[in-house]
Amino acid sequence: MKRLLGASVPLGAALLAFVLGSIMILALGENPISGASAIVEGAFGTGDRFAVTAVRATPLLLVGIGITIAFRASVINIGGEGQIIAGALLSTIVALVIPDTPRIILIPLVMIAGMIGGGIWGAIPGALKAYASVNEILSTVMLNIVAVQLMNFLLRGPMIDPIEKNGSRIPQTERLSDNAAMPTLVEGTRLHLGVVIAVFAAAVVYIILWRTPLGFRLRAVGHNPDAARAAGISVERNITMAMGMSGALSGLAGVMLVFGSESLRLVTDGGAAGFTGSAGFNGIVAALFGGLHPLWTVPSSFLFGALLTGATQLQRALQIPAALAVALNGLIVLFVVSSDRLRAWLHGRLNQGAFDNETAELRESTNNSTDLQPEGSNVHEATP
Amino acid sequence: MKTNRSRRFLTLLTALLALSMFAAACGGSDDTESATGTATSECGTNNAVVKGDKVTDKTVAVVAPSDSQDLAFTQSMIDSLTRLGIEPQVTDGTFQVEVAADAIRGYAEDGINVVIVHGTQYGGSLAEIAPDFPETSFIWGTSTSTQDIPNIFAYYPEAQQGGYVNGWIAGELADGGSIGVVGPVEAGDAVSYINGFRAGAEANGADVAVTYTGSFSDVALATEAAEAFLTVGVEVLTGTSQSAVGAVNVANENKIPWFGTQSNQEAWSTDQVVASQVYHWEVILDDMFEMIDEGTLGGEAMSLTLENGGLLVEINGCYNLDSDVLSGAGDIVDQIIAGDINPPA
Amino acid sequence: MSEFFTLSVLIATFASAVRLAVPYLLAALGETIGQRSGVLNLGVDGVMLLSAFGAYYTVIETGSHLLGIGVGLLIGLFMGVVYAVVTVHLHAKQGISGIGIFLFGLGFSDLLSQELVGAIQPIKKLPSLAKLPLVGGIFEPLEDIKYLGQLLFSHNLMTYVAFALVPTVTWMMNNTTFGLNIKAVGENPQAADSLGVSVGRTRFFAILIGNALAGLAGATLSLQLGVFQQNLTNGLGFIAVALVYFGAWRAKWVMAGAMLYGIVTATRLQWQARDIIPNSASDLAAMTPALITILALVLLAKRVRGPAALTKPFSRH
Repeated sequence: MKRLLGASVPLGAALLAFVLGSIMILALGENPISGASAIVEGAFGTGDRFAVTAVRATPLLLVGIGITIAFRASVINIGGEGQIIAGALLSTIVALVIPDTPRIILIPLVMIAGMIGGGIWGAIPGALKAYASVNEILSTVMLNIVAVQLMNFLLRGPMIDPIEKNGSRIPQTERLSDNAAMPTLVEGTRLHLGVVIAVFAAAVVYIILWRTPLGFRLRAVGHNPDAARAAGISVERNITMAMGMSGALSGLAGVMLVFGSESLRLVTDGGAAGFTGSAGFNGIVAALFGGLHPLWTVPSSFLFGALLTGATQLQRALQIPAALAVALNGLIVLFVVSSDRLRAWLHGRLNQGAFDNETAELRESTNNSTDLQPEGSNVHEATP
Repeated sequence: MKTNRSRRFLTLLTALLALSMFAAACGGSDDTESATGTATSECGTNNAVVKGDKVTDKTVAVVAPSDSQDLAFTQSMIDSLTRLGIEPQVTDGTFQVEVAADAIRGYAEDGINVVIVHGTQYGGSLAEIAPDFPETSFIWGTSTSTQDIPNIFAYYPEAQQGGYVNGWIAGELADGGSIGVVGPVEAGDAVSYINGFRAGAEANGADVAVTYTGSFSDVALATEAAEAFLTVGVEVLTGTSQSAVGAVNVANENKIPWFGTQSNQEAWSTDQVVASQVYHWEVILDDMFEMIDEGTLGGEAMSLTLENGGLLVEINGCYNLDSDVLSGAGDIVDQIIAGDINPPA
Repeated sequence: MSEFFTLSVLIATFASAVRLAVPYLLAALGETIGQRSGVLNLGVDGVMLLSAFGAYYTVIETGSHLLGIGVGLLIGLFMGVVYAVVTVHLHAKQGISGIGIFLFGLGFSDLLSQELVGAIQPIKKLPSLAKLPLVGGIFEPLEDIKYLGQLLFSHNLMTYVAFALVPTVTWMMNNTTFGLNIKAVGENPQAADSLGVSVGRTRFFAILIGNALAGLAGATLSLQLGVFQQNLTNGLGFIAVALVYFGAWRAKWVMAGAMLYGIVTATRLQWQARDIIPNSASDLAAMTPALITILALVLLAKRVRGPAALTKPFSRH
């Protein structure tokens, strides 16, 4: 009963956001019911739409579970966009250099390359924070910019499709080797292996965080860095590790975006969002909806993917600008995030018996481990 | 020696000539042809796109990366379709390729006859989608290749041609001085336009400096890039991409002539826009629709040129260009069409 | 290269840097105040986009820049109230709620722009001092002073407001009860609470001011550029948040950061215009402000503590 009530609050918040969205649709002169049905139809209408939703959710899920790692270690990672790009670039380079490698080797190779690329792009801000006191918000924002320009440089220069060089000059690579394409799971749809890999990754992250010493150290550092340091845990190394892991998962999302795509190329339109679809930010939202828990991020990113996929149908069917869906996403985030307290209060109310213990514990955990704490200050304060 | 009869004939001829000129001037369109490839607008008209008669009964949809009203790339396509009397279904702002691919496939699944895929970067996805819908015609640009797929038409603007003409006129105005070009990212048709422009201006004795800001959308960067050119002492400015409006504003403020491309940019500055190379896609779309009506759903790549009227250098009537500059521009157009001048792409 | 290092070009580059820096400065000052009180706002970009559109639309409809700035300010205040309620009273996780505001601002400003304005219309830009209606005449001779005129007197009103805010904010933080309360609440809310300072109310007003400044920043951006487009800010708000860390929560260092960003950008555009940087390196050039900011912080950073209670919601228990 209590669990149900707990889940009802974010759902209720989402409902409220839909009400506001309906008002906006009405203001545009369209019928909100057809709007809602367009979204649902676009996301789940046929088997293929379902597949598209799942594929759309995959990068969100991967970025999201990376975010949960970072959060548990109390670092904020808004560098997802750059890390996705870095992972995509490195994996594409691998596919361009050794295209004839048999599929069973090449696919894991590009995935590893993507994780290395993203991992480096995440570890740099992590290390800068841990060892040079450079706040991770600053470094990730800056590295996002650097990544986009790096992608532009490479795609219009050394990595450009040779046909394009004197042709239309589209900044894109040639069609990559079929050996690296994510295998289709269900014939006739666009459902590919990446979806399964992402879900598997969520389980792995869960296990790492709660069942391994590494995870314990990460969470300890996030919960109380001073105590962790006193216990002999290297705060610096673990922060770097957390950002690196988070980046690696975003890099893997980049791999999925390239090798799970229909065109099987890396193409840019000059900005980050043209390639990533803002997965670097939407993944944060997906993680939130999943309570910052890797396993719950699976259904939440699926639902978010549904909203995004449905929005294209909304645009096509009712001529409603895609911008409405973006605004609606923002509203849903705000409401869900605001409902946290309500949920904690509800929990307290329902636990009249175990009031003292449980809610005190809950408040503790709400205040400490799941909050975002930029570590810059506290880490170095303790150094004598 | 003029007899009475020949004098009457001459009068009649002159009257007829005057009448036809009068008719042409008062005719439906706002433009008066001053030469092939160029057209000077009436000062004060708002260049509204005139809706023509519907050329085909096929259903049409457009998928495009930027806003339909961007006064640049996407708007040029929408305007062209309007001139052909077509009101397409539009999915715009799909800058993410996968989302666009979704929309393209969606339209094809909905049974739309002709899907206009207005974005070079969508080509890869289109190659996967088109074979699944052999009854649908896909018109894709900007590209010079149909990727050997039978139901894809391709279109491409030879932007360097109009660019050259713009550049030549700019060279006249700069009179040996320098010209600034504000570009976004060095890719796509931006490069062709800029290369052509530079060649035209340099052929006319001007110095051309080009800055690529690194972004298609950052208006602040385009603004300051234009400001930087002012300190170099440029006499003329040009640029491309949706961020170009920043540079146009700088030109407007500082009374510097501006040359535009993709769409008619007079709306951004009635005083300073000298000319815009406008993409009249309808010239080739008309042919493509005809072929589609007859059953050929693709297989040809067509380009917009000065010769076929797909590229039109629309000159701002309010700017009052010298008549010898105008006729000089007309000469340049003729030379390009004849092949005597080959603007670099 | 030699033409670049002439006085007039250097001054013009500096003026360009100032124009670029002003929106960053306004937004970053606002974020500094908010963060000092313990609240992180990642939604600055969204607020800026909304107020940028609001100001732009107001100028289209009324022609008045003053009204436009005013509307931008109001939008900032409104979003400030929203954010304050969400974070202070509802204890939402701050990083994420900020992203929510960002997404909402991004989408809604785009939507309004498409529905209310349609085709992009340039508007008259914010006038420089000499071109102000009524009082402009006073400043004309000042602007005409060789070199110094362009350097100091040729900017628009919001530029002077932004730079005047720097010592104002510093003074406020150090010499007013309100400022001291903000700092106390950001450092140790429990202690402040026990001393009778209302944590909720202090943070509420800090957030309000912070978002109001973000609103001014957005209005200044669209009115300086004379246009609005979807995603006009291109991430400016996030960079402004980053600059707060660069400036170690001190107004004058935040200003230094904004100016550094502006100067590097203006310089690279100058060097590209003069072919000192060839176009083959245009992407590298576009990276330089970001790279230099990180480098500068790594090299120059004093290890300053941030507000200890940053991002922690406060409950009196």
